[in-house]
Amino acid sequence: MSPPEGTLSDPSDLGRAAVGTDPTPLLEVDDVTLRFGGVTALDGVSFAIHKGEILGLIGPNGAGKTTCFNVMTGVYQPTSGQVRFNGRRLGRLKRYQITKLGIARTFQNIRLFPEMTALENVLVGTDARHRTSVVGALFRLPGHWREERDGREKALELLHFMGIDRRAEEVARNLPYGDQRRLEIARALATGPTLLCLDEPAAGFNPAEKADLLALIRRIRDRGYTILLIEHDMRLVMGVTERIVVLEFGRKIAEGTPAEVRDNPAVVAAYLGVPEDAA
Amino acid sequence: MTALDKARAADGRRIEIVGSMRRQWDQVPPVGKFGVLVALLVLIYLLPIINPPILTTPESDFATVLFNVSLFVLVAIGLNVVIGMAGLLDLGYIGFYAVGAYSMAVFGSPRSQLAVAYPWLVCIPIAIALAMVSGVILGGPTLRLRGDYLAIVTLGFGEIVRLIAVNSDALGSARGIRGIVRPPGEKANGRPLFGVLDAKPYYWLVLTIILIIILGVRNLEHSRVGRSWLAIREDEDAAALMGVPTFRFKLWAFAIGAAVGGLSGALFASKQGFVNPESFKLITSILFVAAVVLGGSGNLVGVILGAVLVSYLPERFRGFEEYRYLVFGAALVVLMIFRPQGLIPNRRRAAEIAEGEEGAMPSVTT
Repeated sequence: MSPPEGTLSDPSDLGRAAVGTDPTPLLEVDDVTLRFGGVTALDGVSFAIHKGEILGLIGPNGAGKTTCFNVMTGVYQPTSGQVRFNGRRLGRLKRYQITKLGIARTFQNIRLFPEMTALENVLVGTDARHRTSVVGALFRLPGHWREERDGREKALELLHFMGIDRRAEEVARNLPYGDQRRLEIARALATGPTLLCLDEPAAGFNPAEKADLLALIRRIRDRGYTILLIEHDMRLVMGVTERIVVLEFGRKIAEGTPAEVRDNPAVVAAYLGVPEDAA
Repeated sequence: MTALDKARAADGRRIEIVGSMRRQWDQVPPVGKFGVLVALLVLIYLLPIINPPILTTPESDFATVLFNVSLFVLVAIGLNVVIGMAGLLDLGYIGFYAVGAYSMAVFGSPRSQLAVAYPWLVCIPIAIALAMVSGVILGGPTLRLRGDYLAIVTLGFGEIVRLIAVNSDALGSARGIRGIVRPPGEKANGRPLFGVLDAKPYYWLVLTIILIIILGVRNLEHSRVGRSWLAIREDEDAAALMGVPTFRFKLWAFAIGAAVGGLSGALFASKQGFVNPESFKLITSILFVAAVVLGGSGNLVGVILGAVLVSYLPERFRGFEEYRYLVFGAALVVLMIFRPQGLIPNRRRAAEIAEGEEGAMPSVTT
């Protein structure tokens, strides 16, 4: 299923070479607070993601995990504090500009383009790195053909990597649920990110599918991507992540290795003690 | 089985029939397809000469009707870029049409404020450019709005353009501007090719322009641009997060639509020889949208068919006097009840409408 390594020779992926050697973190969330009127969704949250690691972001429902993703990807502007990516402040960058910098994400509630084929969905992702605009497309300039060909090649390779290449020509809404989740990851990878943010990628999966996903996340990391994982399933988080950040009511209550977090009394009280979340 | 279920099943069968026709057409070898298309094109070009008995319009000159129909088709193709492809409901498209027509009048008539008539070939690019600029000016602030709000603002824009024309002396106010330059060219006998009486050359001119515009629009559709429009239409937020510069591409859709609208208006003005605000009423704008939606927005063939019906039927039934719009309106209502996705729907659009009835795609809730 897995293609030869290093086939994604996109110049935008060069940052991956420096795994573990770079002291400045890839992404820093620095004292971020986000308020909606009287509700404080995030309250002084700080953590960092280093190149090449898999960081878990966990917490009970409503803890602010997805909100944190939304701040990182430009959906919300933090009320105070800042997010830095590769040392650069995201500030008021547009969502598509943040994607171009190298942050890609999936969605907790699948948000594919339902009437486009699987291949077209991934092609939209590859387009994030393309330059052809109206003039190039209108007159079919050479750049248009080159980008179409390269984009198609990359998209098919990603579909193959995710194990859904047989479904390339099927409309996204007709794909089985699990394949829709995989397609979302393929589309995110197509944007050429350094940081891949997965928002509960295993939601609704059975144990066998979860095990597959676990292996897949490791393979994605082995390709050199850095991964931030929001996940409810504790076994999955413990099994795949190197470090975990725990949120509760918009605050960070713990950070550390899976073993440390598991033994942290505050985490146990806040999170692991709740039966339906222990899965 | 309820009546609604029955209607739905019947509709499913109709979709199936159209689908199977489509598959058959897809299986025709390219040479055969090309042959059929060329034959069809020749037939369409020859229509005003053949003057076929049932199709022809007893109450008005058939070539003139054909010219109006072809102009409507051009407008619908332009509006389809905005509504069908990018999913932006523009109810004020007549505004761009008017900008194009008045640009043609101001630059191409010796009786305008400029008092200089530039050649036709100079006026056309000016008209297109000015319409495009007006599209960007309108789109810049308003494309941040979505759905209904955009529709309201564009509706206002269409009326504003007309009211400016009515109230501006420079634009001839209610009288309009006469003496607009006609396209260049001479017949063998030295008379101008584009005269006052014979509408055939104008029809052929618009037809040729339509073919060029179709090629361009198809190029856009099958490219990064078309994919981005489609992604924006399906889920604008997801598109932005996948790296689509949503605002820029929406503005492009608006500008391209406006350019085609302006071109149509300029062609209209140079055929008429004069413009006045009467030609740019809101009802015409609504008819433009009707043509796109009726035919099947997003599908070029469907949109062309819709435009032909909307512009041709009222002419064909001119004999019914003032009742013709009543008949026409009733026909539209019936059509929308039984075929909400349009006559020849876009494959994706048909599914989107069906989805709206059945509920969204499976998704995990928080």
